[in-house]
Amino acid sequence: MSVQSFQEHFDSLIDREVTIEPKDWMPNDYRKTLIRQISQHAHSEIIGMLPEGNWITRAPSLRRKSVLLAKIQDEAGHGLYLYSAAETLGVTRDSLYDQLHSGKAKYSSIFNYPTITWADMGAIGWLVDGAAIMNQVPLCRTSYGPYARAMVRVCKEESFHQRQGFEIMLTLSKGTDVQHKMAQDAFNRWWWPSLMMFGPPDAESPHTEQSVRWRIKRMTNDELRQKFIDVTVEQAKVLGLEVPDKDLKWNEERGHYDFGPINWDEFWNVVKGNGPCNKQRLETRKKAWENGQWVRDAAMAHAEKRKARKAEAAKAA
Amino acid sequence: MKLDYTLRLADDALIMGHRLGEWCGHGPILEQDIALTNTSLDHLGRARSLYQYAAEQFNQLPTENKIKAFSSVALQETILAGKNLDEDDLAFLRDGWDFRNHLLVEQPNNDWAYTIARSFFYDTFNYYFFSELIHSSDESLAAIAEKSLKEVTYHLRWSSEWVVRLGDGTDESHAKIQYAVDELWMYTGELFVMNETDKETLRQGIGADLNKIQPLWLDRVKAIFEEATLNIPAGKWMQQGGKEGRHSENLGYILAELQFMQRAYPGMEW
Repeated sequence: MSVQSFQEHFDSLIDREVTIEPKDWMPNDYRKTLIRQISQHAHSEIIGMLPEGNWITRAPSLRRKSVLLAKIQDEAGHGLYLYSAAETLGVTRDSLYDQLHSGKAKYSSIFNYPTITWADMGAIGWLVDGAAIMNQVPLCRTSYGPYARAMVRVCKEESFHQRQGFEIMLTLSKGTDVQHKMAQDAFNRWWWPSLMMFGPPDAESPHTEQSVRWRIKRMTNDELRQKFIDVTVEQAKVLGLEVPDKDLKWNEERGHYDFGPINWDEFWNVVKGNGPCNKQRLETRKKAWENGQWVRDAAMAHAEKRKARKAEAAKAA
Repeated sequence: MKLDYTLRLADDALIMGHRLGEWCGHGPILEQDIALTNTSLDHLGRARSLYQYAAEQFNQLPTENKIKAFSSVALQETILAGKNLDEDDLAFLRDGWDFRNHLLVEQPNNDWAYTIARSFFYDTFNYYFFSELIHSSDESLAAIAEKSLKEVTYHLRWSSEWVVRLGDGTDESHAKIQYAVDELWMYTGELFVMNETDKETLRQGIGADLNKIQPLWLDRVKAIFEEATLNIPAGKWMQQGGKEGRHSENLGYILAELQFMQRAYPGMEW
Protein backbone atom coordinates (compact mmCIF):
# COMPACT_ATOMS: atom_id res chain seq x y z
CA MET A 1 0.00 0.00 0.00
CA SER A 2 1.14 3.55 -0.60
CA VAL A 3 1.28 6.02 2.27
CA GLN A 4 -1.86 7.52 0.87
CA SER A 5 -3.78 4.26 1.07
CA PHE A 6 -2.41 3.62 4.60
CA GLN A 7 -3.79 7.01 5.51
CA GLU A 8 -7.16 6.20 3.91
CA HIS A 9 -7.35 2.91 5.78
CA PHE A 10 -6.50 4.68 9.06
CA ASP A 11 -9.09 7.40 8.42
CA SER A 12 -11.75 4.81 7.72
CA LEU A 13 -10.99 3.01 10.99
CA ILE A 14 -11.29 6.34 12.81
CA ASP A 15 -14.54 7.16 11.04
CA ARG A 16 -16.04 3.77 11.79
CA GLU A 17 -14.97 4.13 15.46
CA VAL A 18 -12.82 1.00 15.24
CA THR A 19 -9.91 1.09 17.68
CA ILE A 20 -6.37 1.53 16.43
CA GLU A 21 -3.99 -1.11 17.79
CA PRO A 22 -0.18 -0.89 18.29
CA LYS A 23 0.62 -2.84 15.12
CA ASP A 24 -1.68 -0.77 12.90
CA TRP A 25 -0.21 1.90 10.69
CA MET A 26 -0.81 5.38 12.08
CA PRO A 27 0.18 8.89 11.01
CA ASN A 28 3.23 10.29 12.75
CA ASP A 29 1.32 13.18 14.25
CA TYR A 30 -1.22 10.80 15.74
CA ARG A 31 1.56 8.77 17.37
CA LYS A 32 3.31 11.90 18.63
CA THR A 33 0.14 13.43 20.00
CA LEU A 34 -0.75 10.21 21.78
CA ILE A 35 2.71 9.79 23.29
CA ARG A 36 2.54 13.37 24.54
CA GLN A 37 -0.94 13.00 26.00
CA ILE A 38 -0.51 9.54 27.55
CA SER A 39 2.88 10.35 29.05
CA GLN A 40 1.61 13.64 30.44
CA HIS A 41 -1.18 11.70 32.04
CA ALA A 42 1.23 9.09 33.42
CA HIS A 43 3.52 11.80 34.80
CA SER A 44 0.50 13.47 36.42
CA GLU A 45 -0.30 10.25 38.25
CA ILE A 46 3.26 9.94 39.55
CA ILE A 47 3.68 13.59 40.50
CA GLY A 48 0.13 13.47 41.86
CA MET A 49 1.27 10.95 44.48
CA LEU A 50 3.33 13.65 46.19
CA PRO A 51 0.78 16.22 47.43
CA GLU A 52 -1.29 13.44 48.99
CA GLY A 53 1.78 11.53 50.12
CA ASN A 54 2.49 14.63 52.17
CA TRP A 55 -0.27 13.53 54.60
CA ILE A 56 0.34 9.77 54.91
CA THR A 57 2.35 10.15 58.10
CA ARG A 58 -0.18 12.61 59.57
CA ALA A 59 -3.56 11.13 58.63
CA PRO A 60 -5.93 11.63 61.57
CA SER A 61 -7.11 8.03 62.06
CA LEU A 62 -5.88 4.55 61.27
CA ARG A 63 -8.69 4.04 58.78
CA ARG A 64 -7.92 7.30 56.97
CA LYS A 65 -4.22 6.45 56.92
CA SER A 66 -4.88 3.10 55.26
CA VAL A 67 -7.38 4.50 52.78
CA LEU A 68 -5.04 7.32 51.80
CA LEU A 69 -2.12 4.94 51.28
CA ALA A 70 -4.29 2.63 49.19
CA LYS A 71 -5.43 5.58 47.10
CA ILE A 72 -1.91 6.77 46.40
CA GLN A 73 -0.96 3.20 45.57
CA ASP A 74 -3.76 3.19 42.98
CA GLU A 75 -2.21 6.29 41.44
CA ALA A 76 1.12 4.50 41.14
CA GLY A 77 -0.80 1.69 39.45
CA HIS A 78 -2.40 4.15 37.02
CA GLY A 79 1.03 5.51 36.21
CA LEU A 80 2.15 1.98 35.48
CA TYR A 81 -0.74 1.18 33.08
CA LEU A 82 -0.30 4.48 31.30
CA TYR A 83 3.47 4.16 30.89
CA SER A 84 2.79 0.69 29.50
CA ALA A 85 0.22 2.08 27.07
CA ALA A 86 2.76 4.72 25.96
CA GLU A 87 5.40 2.01 25.50
CA THR A 88 3.19 0.32 22.88
CA LEU A 89 3.81 3.41 20.75
CA GLY A 90 7.54 2.75 20.66
CA VAL A 91 8.94 4.81 23.52
CA THR A 92 10.58 3.52 26.71
CA ARG A 93 9.49 4.39 30.22
CA ASP A 94 13.01 5.58 31.02
CA SER A 95 12.99 8.04 28.11
CA LEU A 96 9.67 9.40 29.34
CA TYR A 97 11.09 9.81 32.85
CA ASP A 98 14.03 11.71 31.32
CA GLN A 99 11.60 14.10 29.66
CA LEU A 100 9.80 14.62 32.97
CA HIS A 101 12.99 15.16 34.94
CA SER A 102 14.46 17.56 32.41
CA GLY A 103 11.29 19.65 32.53
CA LYS A 104 10.50 18.98 28.87
CA ALA A 105 7.36 16.96 29.57
CA LYS A 106 4.43 18.52 31.36
CA TYR A 107 2.10 17.13 34.01
CA SER A 108 -1.16 18.39 35.42
CA SER A 109 -0.48 21.80 36.97
CA ILE A 110 -2.87 21.22 39.84
CA PHE A 111 -0.20 19.16 41.61
CA ASN A 112 1.95 22.26 41.94
CA TYR A 113 -0.32 23.53 44.69
CA PRO A 114 0.50 22.68 48.31
CA THR A 115 -1.54 20.42 50.61
CA ILE A 116 -1.73 22.50 53.76
CA THR A 117 -4.39 20.85 55.90
CA TRP A 118 -6.00 17.43 56.19
CA ALA A 119 -9.07 18.82 54.39
CA ASP A 120 -6.94 19.06 51.25
CA MET A 121 -7.11 15.24 51.10
CA GLY A 122 -10.88 15.62 50.84
CA ALA A 123 -10.75 18.49 48.36
CA ILE A 124 -8.30 16.70 46.09
CA GLY A 125 -10.42 13.57 46.02
CA TRP A 126 -13.64 15.44 45.50
CA LEU A 127 -12.54 18.19 43.09
CA VAL A 128 -9.30 17.11 41.46
CA ASP A 129 -10.31 13.49 40.98
CA GLY A 130 -13.79 14.70 40.04
CA ALA A 131 -12.35 16.94 37.32
CA ALA A 132 -10.02 14.14 36.22
CA ILE A 133 -12.99 11.81 35.79
CA MET A 134 -14.80 14.38 33.65
CA ASN A 135 -11.71 14.58 31.48
CA GLN A 136 -11.10 10.87 31.41
CA VAL A 137 -14.45 9.14 31.03
CA PRO A 138 -14.70 10.14 27.35
CA LEU A 139 -11.23 8.65 26.86
CA CYS A 140 -12.51 5.18 27.69
CA ARG A 141 -13.79 5.29 24.09
CA THR A 142 -10.73 6.94 22.61
CA SER A 143 -9.44 5.66 19.28
CA TYR A 144 -6.20 4.10 20.52
CA GLY A 145 -6.96 0.65 21.99
CA PRO A 146 -4.29 0.34 24.74
CA TYR A 147 -5.06 3.87 25.97
CA ALA A 148 -8.82 3.26 26.00
CA ARG A 149 -8.41 0.01 27.94
CA ALA A 150 -6.07 1.63 30.48
CA MET A 151 -8.60 4.43 30.93
CA VAL A 152 -11.42 2.00 31.73
CA ARG A 153 -9.46 0.73 34.73
CA VAL A 154 -8.29 4.19 35.73
CA CYS A 155 -11.81 5.64 35.65
CA LYS A 156 -13.27 2.88 37.80
CA GLU A 157 -10.74 3.59 40.52
CA GLU A 158 -10.96 7.36 40.15
CA SER A 159 -14.68 7.37 40.76
CA PHE A 160 -14.04 5.42 43.94
CA HIS A 161 -11.45 8.02 44.96
CA GLN A 162 -13.84 10.83 44.21
CA ARG A 163 -16.45 9.30 46.52
CA GLN A 164 -13.82 8.92 49.25
CA GLY A 165 -12.83 12.57 48.87
CA PHE A 166 -16.45 13.66 49.03
CA GLU A 167 -16.91 11.55 52.14
CA ILE A 168 -13.92 13.24 53.85
CA MET A 169 -15.43 16.64 52.98
CA LEU A 170 -18.84 15.57 54.27
CA THR A 171 -17.37 14.33 57.56
CA LEU A 172 -15.53 17.62 57.99
CA SER A 173 -18.33 19.93 56.97
CA LYS A 174 -20.80 18.14 59.27
CA GLY A 175 -18.21 17.97 62.05
CA THR A 176 -17.17 20.66 64.51
CA ASP A 177 -16.95 24.34 63.54
CA VAL A 178 -13.23 24.15 63.06
CA GLN A 179 -13.58 21.08 60.83
CA HIS A 180 -16.19 22.89 58.74
CA LYS A 181 -13.83 25.84 58.47
CA MET A 182 -11.05 23.50 57.37
CA ALA A 183 -13.29 22.06 54.63
CA GLN A 184 -14.34 25.51 53.38
CA ASP A 185 -10.75 26.72 53.38
CA ALA A 186 -9.67 23.76 51.26
CA PHE A 187 -12.61 24.29 48.90
CA ASN A 188 -11.63 27.96 48.50
CA ARG A 189 -8.09 27.05 47.57
CA TRP A 190 -8.80 24.09 45.24
CA TRP A 191 -11.89 25.31 43.38
CA TRP A 192 -10.26 27.63 40.81
CA PRO A 193 -7.22 25.43 40.12
CA SER A 194 -9.68 22.55 39.54
CA LEU A 195 -11.50 24.57 36.88
CA MET A 196 -8.15 25.25 35.24
CA MET A 197 -7.55 21.49 34.99
CA PHE A 198 -9.71 21.41 31.84
CA GLY A 199 -7.13 23.53 30.07
CA PRO A 200 -7.34 26.91 28.34
CA PRO A 201 -10.56 28.13 26.71
CA ASP A 202 -11.36 26.44 23.38
CA ALA A 203 -10.49 29.56 21.43
CA GLU A 204 -6.93 29.34 22.73
CA SER A 205 -6.49 25.59 22.80
CA PRO A 206 -4.16 24.62 19.97
CA HIS A 207 -4.73 20.87 19.95
CA THR A 208 -8.46 20.53 20.36
CA GLU A 209 -9.79 20.28 16.81
CA GLN A 210 -7.42 17.61 15.52
CA SER A 211 -7.66 15.67 18.77
CA VAL A 212 -11.45 15.58 18.65
CA ARG A 213 -11.30 14.19 15.11
CA TRP A 214 -8.94 11.43 16.32
CA ARG A 215 -11.14 10.76 19.32
CA ILE A 216 -8.07 11.39 21.49
CA LYS A 217 -10.27 14.04 22.95
CA ARG A 218 -14.03 13.69 22.81
CA MET A 219 -15.33 16.92 24.33
CA THR A 220 -13.79 20.37 24.30
CA ASN A 221 -12.19 22.02 27.32
CA ASP A 222 -15.03 24.47 27.79
CA GLU A 223 -17.74 21.80 27.47
CA LEU A 224 -16.07 19.66 30.10
CA ARG A 225 -15.47 22.61 32.42
CA GLN A 226 -19.12 23.63 32.27
CA LYS A 227 -20.25 20.07 32.94
CA PHE A 228 -17.94 19.88 35.97
CA ILE A 229 -19.20 23.16 37.38
CA ASP A 230 -22.86 22.17 36.98
CA VAL A 231 -22.32 18.89 38.80
CA THR A 232 -19.99 20.17 41.51
CA VAL A 233 -22.10 23.17 42.52
CA GLU A 234 -24.93 20.78 43.38
CA GLN A 235 -22.53 18.60 45.40
CA ALA A 236 -21.29 21.66 47.31
CA LYS A 237 -24.90 22.30 48.37
CA VAL A 238 -25.10 18.79 49.85
CA LEU A 239 -21.85 19.49 51.70
CA GLY A 240 -23.13 22.81 52.99
CA LEU A 241 -20.09 24.60 51.55
CA GLU A 242 -20.03 27.87 49.71
CA VAL A 243 -18.63 28.01 46.16
CA PRO A 244 -15.92 30.69 46.24
CA ASP A 245 -17.28 32.59 43.20
CA LYS A 246 -19.46 35.65 43.73
CA ASP A 247 -20.50 35.60 40.05
CA LEU A 248 -21.82 32.06 40.17
CA LYS A 249 -25.47 32.05 39.08
CA TRP A 250 -27.86 29.59 37.48
CA ASN A 251 -28.67 30.64 33.90
CA GLU A 252 -32.13 29.38 33.06
CA GLU A 253 -31.75 30.11 29.36
CA ARG A 254 -28.48 28.20 28.96
CA GLY A 255 -29.46 25.51 31.42
CA HIS A 256 -26.04 25.92 33.02
CA TYR A 257 -24.34 27.84 35.80
CA ASP A 258 -22.65 31.09 34.77
CA PHE A 259 -19.35 31.59 36.54
CA GLY A 260 -16.78 34.29 37.15
CA PRO A 261 -13.57 34.88 35.21
CA ILE A 262 -10.78 32.32 35.61
CA ASN A 263 -7.34 33.71 36.35
CA TRP A 264 -5.54 32.43 33.26
CA ASP A 265 -2.52 34.50 34.11
CA GLU A 266 -2.08 32.36 37.21
CA PHE A 267 -2.67 29.21 35.16
CA TRP A 268 0.02 30.02 32.60
CA ASN A 269 2.44 31.00 35.32
CA VAL A 270 1.97 27.69 37.09
CA VAL A 271 2.37 25.87 33.76
CA LYS A 272 5.61 27.78 33.17
CA GLY A 273 7.01 26.67 36.51
CA ASN A 274 6.03 29.51 38.82
CA GLY A 275 3.51 27.59 40.92
CA PRO A 276 4.05 27.27 44.67
CA CYS A 277 5.45 23.72 44.44
CA ASN A 278 6.73 23.20 40.86
CA LYS A 279 10.38 23.08 41.84
CA GLN A 280 9.79 20.99 44.92
CA ARG A 281 7.69 18.35 43.11
CA LEU A 282 10.18 17.90 40.31
CA GLU A 283 13.16 17.88 42.66
CA THR A 284 11.49 15.20 44.79
CA ARG A 285 10.94 12.97 41.77
CA LYS A 286 14.47 13.56 40.47
CA LYS A 287 15.90 12.75 43.86
CA ALA A 288 13.89 9.53 44.10
CA TRP A 289 15.10 8.56 40.64
CA GLU A 290 18.75 9.43 41.27
CA ASN A 291 18.80 7.77 44.70
CA GLY A 292 17.31 4.69 43.08
CA GLN A 293 19.99 4.36 40.40
CA TRP A 294 22.23 2.02 42.41
CA VAL A 295 19.18 -0.10 43.30
CA ARG A 296 18.17 -0.49 39.66
CA ASP A 297 21.79 -1.22 38.72
CA ALA A 298 21.97 -3.91 41.40
CA ALA A 299 18.74 -5.53 40.23
CA MET A 300 20.02 -5.57 36.66
CA ALA A 301 23.45 -6.94 37.62
CA HIS A 302 21.89 -9.67 39.75
CA ALA A 303 19.51 -10.71 36.97
CA GLU A 304 22.43 -10.97 34.53
CA LYS A 305 24.55 -12.97 36.95
CA ARG A 306 21.68 -15.35 37.56
CA LYS A 307 21.17 -15.85 33.86
CA ALA A 308 24.88 -16.53 33.37
CA ARG A 309 24.94 -19.02 36.27
CA LYS A 310 21.92 -20.80 34.87
CA ALA A 311 23.54 -21.08 31.45
CA GLU A 312 26.72 -22.36 33.08
CA ALA A 313 24.80 -24.99 35.01
CA ALA A 314 22.97 -26.09 31.86
CA LYS A 315 26.30 -26.49 30.06
CA ALA A 316 27.75 -28.55 32.89
CA ALA A 317 24.74 -30.88 32.98
CA MET B 1 -0.35 -9.30 80.49
CA LYS B 2 -2.37 -10.25 77.45
CA LEU B 3 -3.19 -6.58 76.91
CA ASP B 4 0.50 -5.65 77.06
CA TYR B 5 1.26 -8.46 74.63
CA THR B 6 -1.48 -7.41 72.22
CA LEU B 7 -0.33 -3.81 72.34
CA ARG B 8 3.25 -4.78 71.57
CA LEU B 9 2.14 -6.64 68.46
CA ALA B 10 -0.07 -3.71 67.47
CA ASP B 11 2.67 -1.13 68.07
CA ASP B 12 5.17 -3.14 66.01
CA ALA B 13 2.69 -3.33 63.15
CA LEU B 14 1.78 0.37 63.31
CA ILE B 15 5.34 1.68 63.50
CA MET B 16 6.56 -0.64 60.76
CA GLY B 17 3.58 0.27 58.56
CA HIS B 18 4.22 3.96 59.22
CA ARG B 19 7.90 3.68 58.32
CA LEU B 20 7.22 1.80 55.08
CA GLY B 21 4.49 4.30 54.23
CA GLU B 22 7.13 7.03 54.26
CA TRP B 23 8.49 5.50 51.05
CA CYS B 24 5.27 5.98 49.12
CA GLY B 25 6.01 8.13 46.07
CA HIS B 26 9.78 7.99 46.62
CA GLY B 27 10.69 4.40 45.67
CA PRO B 28 13.53 3.55 43.29
CA ILE B 29 11.26 1.62 40.89
CA LEU B 30 7.55 2.24 40.40
CA GLU B 31 6.67 -1.46 40.82
CA GLN B 32 8.61 -1.55 44.10
CA ASP B 33 6.89 1.58 45.32
CA ILE B 34 3.64 -0.32 44.89
CA ALA B 35 5.02 -3.45 46.59
CA LEU B 36 6.19 -1.48 49.64
CA THR B 37 2.86 0.28 49.94
CA ASN B 38 1.14 -3.10 49.83
CA THR B 39 3.27 -4.32 52.69
CA SER B 40 2.69 -1.12 54.61
CA LEU B 41 -1.05 -1.63 54.19
CA ASP B 42 -0.79 -5.21 55.49
CA HIS B 43 0.99 -3.96 58.63
CA LEU B 44 -1.53 -1.18 59.16
CA GLY B 45 -4.40 -3.61 58.69
CA ARG B 46 -2.92 -5.91 61.32
CA ALA B 47 -2.32 -2.93 63.63
CA ARG B 48 -6.01 -2.03 63.40
CA SER B 49 -7.21 -5.56 64.25
CA LEU B 50 -4.83 -5.72 67.19
CA TYR B 51 -5.68 -2.26 68.55
CA GLN B 52 -9.36 -3.09 68.30
CA TYR B 53 -8.73 -6.22 70.28
CA ALA B 54 -6.54 -4.35 72.79
CA ALA B 55 -9.27 -1.72 73.24
CA GLU B 56 -11.81 -4.46 73.88
CA GLN B 57 -9.57 -5.89 76.61
CA PHE B 58 -8.82 -2.48 78.05
CA ASN B 59 -12.45 -1.41 78.27
CA GLN B 60 -13.22 -4.38 80.50
CA LEU B 61 -10.64 -3.40 83.12
CA PRO B 62 -11.73 -1.93 86.45
CA THR B 63 -11.48 1.90 86.43
CA GLU B 64 -8.55 2.07 88.87
CA ASN B 65 -6.47 -0.16 86.57
CA LYS B 66 -7.43 1.90 83.54
CA ILE B 67 -6.18 5.10 85.13
CA LYS B 68 -2.82 3.53 85.92
CA ALA B 69 -2.37 1.95 82.51
CA PHE B 70 -1.13 4.91 80.42
CA SER B 71 0.56 8.18 81.25
CA SER B 72 -0.66 10.61 78.59
CA VAL B 73 -2.97 13.32 79.90
CA ALA B 74 -5.21 13.08 76.84
CA LEU B 75 -5.88 9.40 77.52
CA GLN B 76 -6.40 9.91 81.24
CA GLU B 77 -8.97 12.59 80.52
CA THR B 78 -10.78 10.29 78.11
CA ILE B 79 -10.78 7.50 80.68
CA LEU B 80 -11.90 9.80 83.53
CA ALA B 81 -14.76 11.03 81.34
CA GLY B 82 -15.94 7.42 81.39
CA LYS B 83 -15.43 6.88 77.68
CA ASN B 84 -14.40 3.59 76.16
CA LEU B 85 -11.15 3.61 74.20
CA ASP B 86 -10.98 2.64 70.54
CA GLU B 87 -8.19 1.73 68.09
CA ASP B 88 -7.41 5.39 67.36
CA ASP B 89 -7.17 6.38 71.04
CA LEU B 90 -4.55 3.70 71.56
CA ALA B 91 -2.57 4.61 68.45
CA PHE B 92 -2.81 8.39 68.61
CA LEU B 93 -3.00 9.32 72.28
CA ARG B 94 -0.37 7.21 74.03
CA ASP B 95 3.07 8.70 74.56
CA GLY B 96 6.28 6.92 73.59
CA TRP B 97 7.02 5.36 76.97
CA ASP B 98 3.74 3.47 76.71
CA PHE B 99 4.63 2.09 73.29
CA ARG B 100 5.91 -1.49 73.37
CA ASN B 101 7.28 -1.98 69.84
CA HIS B 102 10.76 -3.40 69.23
CA LEU B 103 13.55 -0.89 68.64
CA LEU B 104 14.16 -2.47 65.23
CA VAL B 105 10.94 -1.25 63.61
CA GLU B 106 11.37 2.38 64.63
CA GLN B 107 14.79 2.68 62.98
CA PRO B 108 14.74 5.15 60.07
CA ASN B 109 14.40 4.20 56.40
CA ASN B 110 17.74 5.85 55.49
CA ASP B 111 18.10 4.20 52.09
CA TRP B 112 16.81 1.18 50.21
CA ALA B 113 19.46 -1.10 51.76
CA TYR B 114 18.52 -0.12 55.33
CA THR B 115 14.85 -0.50 54.59
CA ILE B 116 15.38 -3.94 53.06
CA ALA B 117 17.62 -5.13 55.92
CA ARG B 118 15.14 -3.92 58.55
CA SER B 119 12.24 -5.57 56.72
CA PHE B 120 14.15 -8.81 56.24
CA PHE B 121 15.02 -9.14 59.95
CA TYR B 122 11.49 -8.28 60.99
CA ASP B 123 9.74 -10.37 58.31
CA THR B 124 11.83 -13.41 59.22
CA PHE B 125 10.91 -12.93 62.86
CA ASN B 126 7.25 -12.41 62.00
CA TYR B 127 7.15 -15.53 59.87
CA TYR B 128 8.26 -17.82 62.71
CA PHE B 129 6.44 -15.82 65.35
CA PHE B 130 3.05 -16.03 63.65
CA SER B 131 3.70 -19.67 62.77
CA GLU B 132 3.72 -20.19 66.57
CA LEU B 133 0.98 -17.75 67.44
CA ILE B 134 -1.59 -19.55 65.28
CA HIS B 135 -1.57 -22.16 68.07
CA SER B 136 -2.41 -19.58 70.74
CA SER B 137 -5.13 -20.57 73.18
CA ASP B 138 -6.51 -17.07 72.65
CA GLU B 139 -8.88 -17.34 69.71
CA SER B 140 -8.62 -13.72 68.63
CA LEU B 141 -4.83 -13.72 68.57
CA ALA B 142 -4.79 -17.08 66.81
CA ALA B 143 -7.16 -15.75 64.14
CA ILE B 144 -5.11 -12.59 63.60
CA ALA B 145 -1.97 -14.75 63.42
CA GLU B 146 -3.50 -16.96 60.78
CA LYS B 147 -4.38 -14.05 58.53
CA SER B 148 -1.01 -12.40 59.18
CA LEU B 149 0.97 -15.52 58.40
CA LYS B 150 -0.25 -15.48 54.80
CA GLU B 151 0.79 -11.85 54.40
CA VAL B 152 4.07 -12.26 56.23
CA THR B 153 5.04 -15.25 54.08
CA TYR B 154 4.83 -12.96 51.09
CA HIS B 155 6.71 -10.13 52.88
CA LEU B 156 9.53 -12.51 53.75
CA ARG B 157 9.83 -13.76 50.19
CA TRP B 158 9.98 -10.18 48.93
CA SER B 159 12.58 -8.91 51.40
CA SER B 160 14.70 -12.09 51.08
CA GLU B 161 14.80 -11.66 47.31
CA TRP B 162 15.94 -8.08 47.75
CA VAL B 163 18.68 -9.03 50.25
CA VAL B 164 20.00 -11.50 47.67
CA ARG B 165 19.63 -9.02 44.81
CA LEU B 166 21.57 -6.32 46.66
CA GLY B 167 24.18 -8.69 48.10
CA ASP B 168 24.81 -10.35 44.76
CA GLY B 169 24.25 -7.26 42.57
CA THR B 170 27.02 -4.67 42.22
CA ASP B 171 29.96 -3.88 44.50
CA GLU B 172 28.13 -0.76 45.58
CA SER B 173 24.90 -2.55 46.48
CA HIS B 174 26.85 -5.30 48.25
CA ALA B 175 28.67 -2.73 50.39
CA LYS B 176 25.45 -0.88 51.15
CA ILE B 177 23.43 -3.90 52.25
CA GLN B 178 26.33 -5.27 54.32
CA TYR B 179 26.66 -1.89 56.02
CA ALA B 180 22.93 -1.76 56.75
CA VAL B 181 22.95 -5.31 58.11
CA ASP B 182 25.92 -4.47 60.34
CA GLU B 183 24.23 -1.33 61.64
CA LEU B 184 20.89 -2.98 62.35
CA TRP B 185 22.22 -6.21 63.80
CA MET B 186 22.27 -4.86 67.36
CA TYR B 187 18.50 -4.35 67.21
CA THR B 188 17.75 -8.00 66.42
CA GLY B 189 18.58 -9.43 69.86
CA GLU B 190 15.57 -7.80 71.47
CA LEU B 191 13.22 -9.83 69.26
CA PHE B 192 14.08 -12.91 71.34
CA VAL B 193 14.28 -11.51 74.86
CA MET B 194 11.68 -13.26 77.02
CA ASN B 195 10.48 -10.51 79.34
CA GLU B 196 7.82 -10.90 82.05
CA THR B 197 5.01 -10.47 79.53
CA ASP B 198 6.46 -13.14 77.26
CA LYS B 199 6.97 -15.58 80.14
CA GLU B 200 3.52 -15.10 81.56
CA THR B 201 1.66 -15.26 78.22
CA LEU B 202 3.67 -18.36 77.29
CA ARG B 203 2.73 -19.99 80.60
CA GLN B 204 -0.93 -19.26 79.84
CA GLY B 205 -0.64 -20.77 76.37
CA ILE B 206 -1.37 -17.38 74.79
CA GLY B 207 2.06 -16.22 73.67
CA ALA B 208 4.87 -17.70 71.61
CA ASP B 209 8.14 -19.19 72.89
CA LEU B 210 10.82 -16.83 71.58
CA ASN B 211 13.58 -19.27 72.55
CA LYS B 212 12.14 -21.69 70.06
CA ILE B 213 11.99 -19.04 67.34
CA GLN B 214 15.54 -17.72 67.70
CA PRO B 215 17.43 -20.67 66.14
CA LEU B 216 14.92 -20.86 63.31
CA TRP B 217 15.35 -17.14 62.67
CA LEU B 218 19.15 -17.44 62.71
CA ASP B 219 19.16 -20.42 60.33
CA ARG B 220 17.00 -18.56 57.84
CA VAL B 221 19.11 -15.42 58.06
CA LYS B 222 22.28 -17.45 57.55
CA ALA B 223 20.83 -19.25 54.53
CA ILE B 224 19.74 -16.04 52.82
CA PHE B 225 23.02 -14.29 53.69
CA GLU B 226 24.93 -17.17 52.17
CA GLU B 227 23.02 -16.80 48.93
CA ALA B 228 23.55 -13.04 49.09
CA THR B 229 27.27 -13.49 49.93
CA LEU B 230 26.84 -11.41 53.09
CA ASN B 231 28.54 -11.89 56.44
CA ILE B 232 26.74 -12.34 59.71
CA PRO B 233 27.91 -9.34 61.78
CA ALA B 234 30.45 -10.10 64.47
CA GLY B 235 28.90 -7.77 67.04
CA LYS B 236 27.40 -9.50 70.04
CA TRP B 237 26.11 -6.50 72.00
CA MET B 238 22.37 -6.11 71.59
CA GLN B 239 20.26 -3.05 72.29
CA GLN B 240 17.03 -3.55 74.14
CA GLY B 241 14.29 -1.60 75.88
CA GLY B 242 11.53 -1.10 73.31
CA LYS B 243 9.38 -3.84 74.81
CA GLU B 244 9.63 -2.05 78.17
CA GLY B 245 8.90 1.39 76.71
CA ARG B 246 12.53 2.60 76.59
CA HIS B 247 12.87 3.68 72.98
CA SER B 248 15.40 5.28 70.68
CA GLU B 249 15.05 8.98 69.88
CA ASN B 250 13.33 8.01 66.62
CA LEU B 251 10.01 7.08 68.17
CA GLY B 252 9.30 10.55 69.53
CA TYR B 253 9.51 12.05 66.05
CA ILE B 254 7.39 9.31 64.54
CA LEU B 255 4.69 9.99 67.12
CA ALA B 256 4.98 13.76 66.71
CA GLU B 257 3.89 13.33 63.09
CA LEU B 258 1.59 10.37 63.51
CA GLN B 259 -0.37 11.91 66.37
CA PHE B 260 -0.35 15.54 65.24
CA MET B 261 -3.98 15.78 64.10
CA GLN B 262 -5.44 14.04 67.14
CA ARG B 263 -3.36 16.24 69.42
CA ALA B 264 -4.18 19.53 67.67
CA TYR B 265 -7.88 18.71 67.22
CA PRO B 266 -8.79 16.33 70.03
CA GLY B 267 -12.04 14.42 70.32
CA MET B 268 -13.27 14.79 66.74
CA GLU B 269 -14.54 12.34 64.17
CA TRP B 270 -12.47 12.10 61.01
